[in-house]
Amino acid sequence: MSTTQNEHLHAGTPEAKQADFAGVGSTARGAHVDRPAPATHVEAPPAGPTSFAAALNTAMADAMAEDPTVVVFGEDVGKLGGVFRITDGLQERFGKDRCFDTPLAESGIAGMAIGMAMNGLRPVIEMQFDAFAYPSLEQIFSHIAKMHNRTKGKVKLPITIRIPYAGGVGGVEHHCDSSEAYYAHTPGLKVFTPAGVEDAYRLLREAIDSDDPVVVFEPKKMYWSKEQADLGALRAAHGTEAATRTEGSARVLREGSDATLITYGPSVPTALKAAEAAAEDGLSVEVLDLCTIVPLDDAAIEASVAKTGRAIVIAEASGFASVASELVARTQERCFHSLSSPVLRVTGFDIPFPAPKLEHHQIPSVDRILDTLDRLTWED
Amino acid sequence: MTENVSHSTTGEAERTTPGVSEACHRFGITLEDYLLPARGRISMMAPDGSLLPAEEQGTAPGHEYPRPSNERLLEAYKQLVRGRRINDQNAALVRQGRMAVYPSSHGQEACQVTVAMALEQRDWLFPTYRDTVAVIARGVDPNEVMTSFRGEWHQGYDPHEHHTSVEATPLTTQLLHAVGVAHAARLRGEDTVVIALCGDGATSEGDFHEALNFAAVFNLPVIFFVQNNGYAISVPLASQSVAPSLAHKAVGYGMAGERVDGNDTMALLSVLDRAVTLARGGSGPLLIEAETYRMQAHTNADDDTRYRESEEVAAWRAKDPLLRLRAYLVNEGLLTEAEEERIAAQAEETASALRDAMNADITPDPLELFDYVFTEPTPQLREQRAQLADELARDQEAEEA
Ligand SMILES: Cc1ncc(C[n+]2csc(CCOP(=O)(O)OP(=O)(O)O)c2C)c(N)n1
Ligand SMILES: [Mg+2]
Repeated sequence: MSTTQNEHLHAGTPEAKQADFAGVGSTARGAHVDRPAPATHVEAPPAGPTSFAAALNTAMADAMAEDPTVVVFGEDVGKLGGVFRITDGLQERFGKDRCFDTPLAESGIAGMAIGMAMNGLRPVIEMQFDAFAYPSLEQIFSHIAKMHNRTKGKVKLPITIRIPYAGGVGGVEHHCDSSEAYYAHTPGLKVFTPAGVEDAYRLLREAIDSDDPVVVFEPKKMYWSKEQADLGALRAAHGTEAATRTEGSARVLREGSDATLITYGPSVPTALKAAEAAAEDGLSVEVLDLCTIVPLDDAAIEASVAKTGRAIVIAEASGFASVASELVARTQERCFHSLSSPVLRVTGFDIPFPAPKLEHHQIPSVDRILDTLDRLTWED
Repeated sequence: MTENVSHSTTGEAERTTPGVSEACHRFGITLEDYLLPARGRISMMAPDGSLLPAEEQGTAPGHEYPRPSNERLLEAYKQLVRGRRINDQNAALVRQGRMAVYPSSHGQEACQVTVAMALEQRDWLFPTYRDTVAVIARGVDPNEVMTSFRGEWHQGYDPHEHHTSVEATPLTTQLLHAVGVAHAARLRGEDTVVIALCGDGATSEGDFHEALNFAAVFNLPVIFFVQNNGYAISVPLASQSVAPSLAHKAVGYGMAGERVDGNDTMALLSVLDRAVTLARGGSGPLLIEAETYRMQAHTNADDDTRYRESEEVAAWRAKDPLLRLRAYLVNEGLLTEAEEERIAAQAEETASALRDAMNADITPDPLELFDYVFTEPTPQLREQRAQLADELARDQEAEEA
């Protein structure tokens, strides 16, 4: 956390000092709170099958326990614990000053986060659904993304914006947008999108720790999917040398030598299934999960494509002028001499996200990925 | 009517529109008394359906309302019964897992029905996701309204046919559309009145402010009707606003506000009727807050036991709008048993049509996905359409093989 800024702004108020320097296990009260000390020794869920939702929830709880300047707010995040229950229990545990419902206004939520960040706090805000973040875009694009640049670094905005996104849950209109391109296109915003349970923990903690504003896109269809995970170990490792930094580093989830599937977020499980199906046909397909779109791990893409010579970019968002477009362009520019085939894409069509009964036609499928693998040039 | 600001010649300069001045004059009250809601909440029937004495109706000078005609009340009752049946049928279909989602207005039917009744065919209604019953009361085919909740398409009826816009989900965005329709009507020389609906939570959104201010500055015949049902999902009104009432917000825009018992069909009809008359006569916009209650969870996906007590819900059950109006009509001898049976049978017809539509299990044509993005598909969309058509044909072949 940016203690220098806090010291400057709060000089003289004893609570502020405590807040700024409270570490893990500290009994200090937050700068703004008149509440019991946060409980820092709540057990993490035991190692074992763990849901994506639990990982995000634990990440926020751990960040709040370690750093009293972390505050969580948004619509229905308090008593209800969010419509997806990702903030479940945070208000009960940390009090109403540290996890609270705002009036129903996304521009208000994002705009207030700016002021709170300017005054020493570290806001984590929740947008209820992808499309309901749109009223906040002026605050996000015009201020959150630009403040650091405009003030030559004098004002940092350590704001985390959590957005449940994408489809696959039978959601009605405005509840299934893949809006990552808008944010990724805006200089000054980092864009994370975890696809695994442990990465969900790591990336959300890294986002909260970051002195830059970070938009964390959470694939909502994964909230209740479980994977083997050890959140306790991740908590213990967090902030130490042992912690692997996920920001800016893509993961090879499956190794292969014939083609690379470059993907992120909700398309990762589909890409893995496609790679498995392709293996039955004798193709060795590598799957690369980008984890963060901004910053982007160009080196990992280059290394993989240099090895395989073929690549397909998979993303659920409409393809035109999208993150997928950027990935194809970069891969072509940087890996041209290793490529045996044009880089292809499997994305959503250029249509508004369809109603529940039609959504499966829009979401990249295993079949569509296999068809596209067939369309790669295979004879040299 | 004009949007020019006028200043009174006596005393302190009061900035207002001629439409508002005229209304003050008509009711013989000051600008402040006209713009502020009456002292209480306008209410005419007690929960048991008995008429409230004048001094308990919440009125104030210039805020008195005549009782609606018996015919109108009987018509409202018919609609209430049908509305309740629609809500409960849809909720059942969702519970059976046969429909994607349904935000029920169970308990709010009096609001739903009266906003539709207050308007003429040529007028416009701007509803939200919770206002299905109001949309149907405007004359839209129930099955067409349910298209979106069945998950077939985002919207199923033609807004022009019944002058009823799409059910808006992004909160309060529709209020500005309502202002636009009213402004266009003015420019076109039509005397259209527009009712725009939103919830209590939605009043916190920025668009709420913009819409009210635009309507007031342009002196447009828009009635903003807020169904204050106590909650925005889990968030109670107290966390949403600390204004004395939501109707008080009107004065800040220079428009008149009124607060009404949202479970009292009689009071709603009379307040809405007067508002429509005023707006059509050039008074400019009005804000009505109807105090009601969301009897069920926000949607089927919500668990309301996490944030409210069952005693609170039970207390509101005693104020049910349907039972209240029924009691009044029965006491007054206006509702015979035969009539009641007829009304119930009609409601049942609607419910059975909703079930039939559900059983029909319509699968929309996937290729339509490309047809309406633009008036004419772009070359790129034609290409993508062909790609999907090819996939579907291959799937078909594989299935047949
Ligand atoms: C701009 C926007 N933000 C958030 C939402 C998600 N959302 C849907 S309904 C709702 C609560 C609305 O409460 P209220 O206005 O009181 O209407 P009610 O549902 O009670 O009828 C919320 C937060 C949304 N639809 N649009
Ligand atoms: Mg409400």
